[in-house]
Order: sequence, then C-alpha cells, then structure tokens
Amino acid sequence: MITVKAKLFALLRRFRPEVGLGEPFPVTLPNGATVGDLIRELGVPEDEVKLVFVNGLFRDLDYILSDGDELGIFPPVGGG
Amino acid sequence: MAKLMRFNMTDRTYTVEELPEQYKYLAGRGLTSTLIHDEVDPLAHPLGPNNKLVFALGYVTGTAAPTSARVSVGAKSPLTGGIKEANAGSGWAPTLASMGIRALVVEGHPKEKDTFWMAHVTWDEDAAQPKVEFMPGDEYVGRDLYEVYPEVFERFGDKVNVAGIGASGEFLYGNSGIVFEDLKGRPSRYAGRGGLGAVMGSKRLKFIVLDGKGAPGVEMADKEVFDTGRKKLTEALMEHDITKPKGGLNTYGTAVLINIMNEAGGLPTRNFSTGRFEGAAKIAGEALFEGNKERLGKELYNHACSPGCIIRCSNTWHKEDGTELVSCQEYESIWSLGANCGIDDLDVTGELIRLCNAYGLDTIEAGTTLAVAMEGGLAEFGDADKAIELMHEIGKGTPVGRILGAGTATTAKVLGVSRAPVVKGQSMPAYEPRAVKGIGMVYATGTMGADHTQGYTIAPEILGVSGKVDQFDKDKAALAKAFLEATAFIDSSGHCLFIAFAILDIASGFEGVVEECNGVLGTEWTMDDVGRIGKEVLAKERAFNEAAGITKEADRMPEFMRIEKLPPHDVIWDIPDEALDAVWQ
Repeated sequence: MITVKAKLFALLRRFRPEVGLGEPFPVTLPNGATVGDLIRELGVPEDEVKLVFVNGLFRDLDYILSDGDELGIFPPVGGG
Repeated sequence: MAKLMRFNMTDRTYTVEELPEQYKYLAGRGLTSTLIHDEVDPLAHPLGPNNKLVFALGYVTGTAAPTSARVSVGAKSPLTGGIKEANAGSGWAPTLASMGIRALVVEGHPKEKDTFWMAHVTWDEDAAQPKVEFMPGDEYVGRDLYEVYPEVFERFGDKVNVAGIGASGEFLYGNSGIVFEDLKGRPSRYAGRGGLGAVMGSKRLKFIVLDGKGAPGVEMADKEVFDTGRKKLTEALMEHDITKPKGGLNTYGTAVLINIMNEAGGLPTRNFSTGRFEGAAKIAGEALFEGNKERLGKELYNHACSPGCIIRCSNTWHKEDGTELVSCQEYESIWSLGANCGIDDLDVTGELIRLCNAYGLDTIEAGTTLAVAMEGGLAEFGDADKAIELMHEIGKGTPVGRILGAGTATTAKVLGVSRAPVVKGQSMPAYEPRAVKGIGMVYATGTMGADHTQGYTIAPEILGVSGKVDQFDKDKAALAKAFLEATAFIDSSGHCLFIAFAILDIASGFEGVVEECNGVLGTEWTMDDVGRIGKEVLAKERAFNEAAGITKEADRMPEFMRIEKLPPHDVIWDIPDEALDAVWQ
C-alpha cells in the first residue's frame, strides 16, 4: 500500500468540505495506483477533474503514484 | 458613420469629425495604436505636449454583444518609453460609443499649470453630436478617489460615467492608471498599466464625465448577422466551465488561480525569489469565497464590472462586521500585494488594493514596487503595517513615495536591487517566467513590456484551455506569436479578454465574435482576418517602438532570471535569445 497526500481545489472542495483551505489529507491506495484510481477513491467524477499536479508537475490520469506523493486536483479554472 | 473626437488641452477646445476612411475598420487597441503610430513622434517625451492620449471603443462596444464594455487607452508610455495600450471594462465605454464616437484623442498641454480641468460631455440633440464643456476641477485634486467620485456623481447626476486620474496621475508617476467607474460607481476599474494616468495628468485633465442621455447608440450595418454572432458567443460563454454562471470565475473570481499557480511552482513570491508561497491558500479565490460566506452568513457570487457581462468575475471583500472593504480583489492584485510581498492576509491585500484605487495606482506595479522596496531594506517581507504606510507615502507624494511611484524599475535602481522583475521598464505580473516559459516569451517580446494580457499563454501552459502544453517546454515561439496576434484582435473587438477561455475551446464562439464585427461594420471577415488584424496592429506597435529606440535587445529577460534558480523546480530562464527573436522572424 502507498499513502499519498491530496488537495482538492475550487468547486471540488465540496467532496471534502471538512478539510481546511490548502490542507492536504492522506489517502491510502494499493501499490501501482494511478491518479485516476485516486480520483475514483475520492468519489470525484472524472469529468469534473481538469488538472492534476503531482509534486508540482502536471500529470495525466494514468500516471502511477508513489508513496508520499502530494497532489493538487483542480476542476476547470481560469482567471488572469 | 463613426466619429473621431479631439480635445485640445492647450486651449480647451474640441472637434468632432467623421472617422477618416483609413481608420474605418479599426477599433479598440487597433485604433489607439494606429493613432499613436500615425500622430505621435516616437521620440516625444511621454509627459510633453506632443504625446497624445487616445481612448478608443471596440468594434462591438455599445451593442448587445456580451462582455463587451471595454475601452482601450493608448499613448506613449512614461513607464516603458514605448507604445502602450491598457483596457478596462466600464459603463463609460458603451456610453461614449452610444454617442457615435469610435475614438477620443486628447492632445496638447495648457500653458498654465495651476489648474486641473474636467470635460463634461453631453449629447447635443440639434447638432446630433456630442457637446463638450471644459471646467476647472481643482476641488477634486489631491484627494481620495473614494471621496471624490460620489461628489462628481452628485454634481452631474447618478447616470453619468466618469474616467479620471487620482493623485498618482497628478504627480505624473510612472505608476498611475486611468480609472473608470464600476456598476456601483466605485472608482475601481482601471486601464492600469504603463503610466497612462500620468499622460492624462500632464495634460492637466482630471476627469472626463459622460452624460449619454439622448444619444442614439451604435450604428449597425447588418443586425441579423450581428445577432447570429452574438448568440453564438453567448452560448459559448454560458456553456464553458470557466465562464458560465456559478462556474470558476463567477464563484471564485480571478484569484482562483492563486492555488493552481502555487501548485505549478509558478507563483512569484517575495520579489520573485521562489515560485511557491506557504500562505497561498489563505489568499486564494477559495478563501475569498469562504471568508465572505463566513462574514456575511451566506454565499456571495461575483458581479459584473461593467454592463452586459455574462462572466461576472468582479468581487467584493467584506470586513468582519460584514461591511464592504473593497472591490475588487483580483488575482493579480492579491498576488502582487500579497504573495509577492510575503503577505498572507486578505484584509491586508484588500486594504492595499483600496489604497491603490484611492490614489489611482496600478495594483501590479504597486505590489512589485513594494516587494523591491522590501528587498531594498525599506521594510521586511510580510510587514503589512509598513506596506500600508509606504502606500500612503506614494499617495501623499512624499520624497520616498515619489520614488516608489515611479515604478519597480526606478525603485530598484534607487535602492540598488538587482532582482528587478521588469521588461522594457514595466514589472512582471503573476506568472513566473522561469517556471512557465511561453508567458516569459510573451513578456520579453511583446510590445507592451512585461504584460500577461498581451498573450495569455497560461491558458494552454497551465490551465489546459485549447489543449495542454508542458509549462517547461522551450519551443514556444509559435505559441507566443499566435497568442500575441489573436489578443491584438480581441483587444480591438471591445470584448474582455476573458471570453478567450470559452472561444479557444468552443470554435463557434470565436466565429460568433467575427460575425458580431461583420454585423457592426458590414464587412465579410472570416477567421483569417483575426490573424491579419492582429498582425497589422502588432506591426504598427513594433514600428513605433523601434523608432523610439526599443529594439530587439529590449526583448530580453532580466539577468537575475538567467542566473538564479527558482524553487521549487530549480529552474532558470534558459530560452536562448535567438528563440526570442524567432517570435518575430
């Protein structure tokens, strides 16, 4: 098993409303789990996820996670 | 037929003429930049009598096109020494358009320097054109714009629209914007960048008050074509997740970007010394939304800054007692006055933004200047009290304030700070170019100095809009050029740049914009004309800059970015000069 730290932002915060702003929460996953597996584990519909950063780098849903990875997960956002 | 109005501030006279034939198909930024190119000596002093200040409306400004109440303001910039266009959304823009005016050129200088003037523009029914009365405005000089704006509305009527300058423009600072009222009459919507307020101040023009009562509205060649386009664009804006009601921008405002840029390691922090800020989550759009909810006891969605906007990304921030502190806490403003100064408190960024509005300052340049001042020893990073005190010094025109008011580059020189995040004299906005290469190429090679709004490559590089490209990929000359050109067109259209989020992903939305323009002008433009118009605008801007002495050697990043590694990705600016020059070859 691996444990990663996840952060949900913007409209995705509703899936973990009890978590404080910007605070990562731990998620335990089987070895070889991907970003997509994590998102399913969190109960977030895949089509609401636009961008995932793992340790500060943009990654696809099939990226394989390692123990201790920190993820930022975002819906579509824009600004300027 | 659209008209061209001129104010001559030397003798306070005005003219209204038919828009000359060669300008018939120009608007917004295309028209400000063409008029500056054609009429201003590139070697003129920006604050001298030969510079001109141009206000131009977009092709569709004043029509029912959504999110199109923009006014472009242009001049030779006191900050960069080159051509400048900055635009703002305000009811001021459609009102001037409704008088049949496509552009207003402010020229000349009064000989006597003891008076600031106001221009009161009304609709003359008999002459079927605007009428202008010039009057002294000294009673408003040297004062907080939050005090002054209500007095101007009281005097001229609550339906008027007001463009003006604050103390920073009166002091002729390199950092001084031109302010326009928002929908509640707040002095908060800025053509902020490049010191345009000082150009207006040098002409001793304090306010331009518009009363559009009785004005006929914008002429339209083919309403059916226009309506087809308007509907396509409206649908795109209503459908796209970023621009739709209760979508990302409407819920969280532009500051929704704080967290994502922080995750990407590209949020410039403490004067561009790192790309991550430990206090980011406390000043992000999510914190604004949830903070307002806590203080007001209900969810507060954002509002439109100007008439007819569907996106509605402008916000208010409320004090603990629920009363309003300020509108608007934008991403750029929160970043520059927050993360970039090591400040992680929305009440403090809110107060600093309020002071920028009160004194007439560009929030980006103000924050980057404070950060350089902090690095130069005038305050510690994170010292909110001192930041507020320095902002008052700028507004009051103390000797220190005058140095800071001159902008980031000048402040860095005076204080001996080599980490000066500027290109062509203008400070960088909230995207670290070492971590996001394409936006750095835009900063370096664009005509405006460091400015993200002239080519928002962040859309594909970070946000995955119009596809996703690697933020560290260096082969982006073509990307930068494509964004620079498309933006020069959008800035001419009268639409807010934020329509790009929708129309880059939804092709029918972009077609709709072109059809709106065809409806107004009677043209038969296609998507090919978007690129053509963008190229033509940029060619004029580049020609002006070159004649002003701003050549390719100015299309470069500051040295510190080429030698200092930026955490957390430990990256330097490693784009070769040839790659930058390739943007224009």
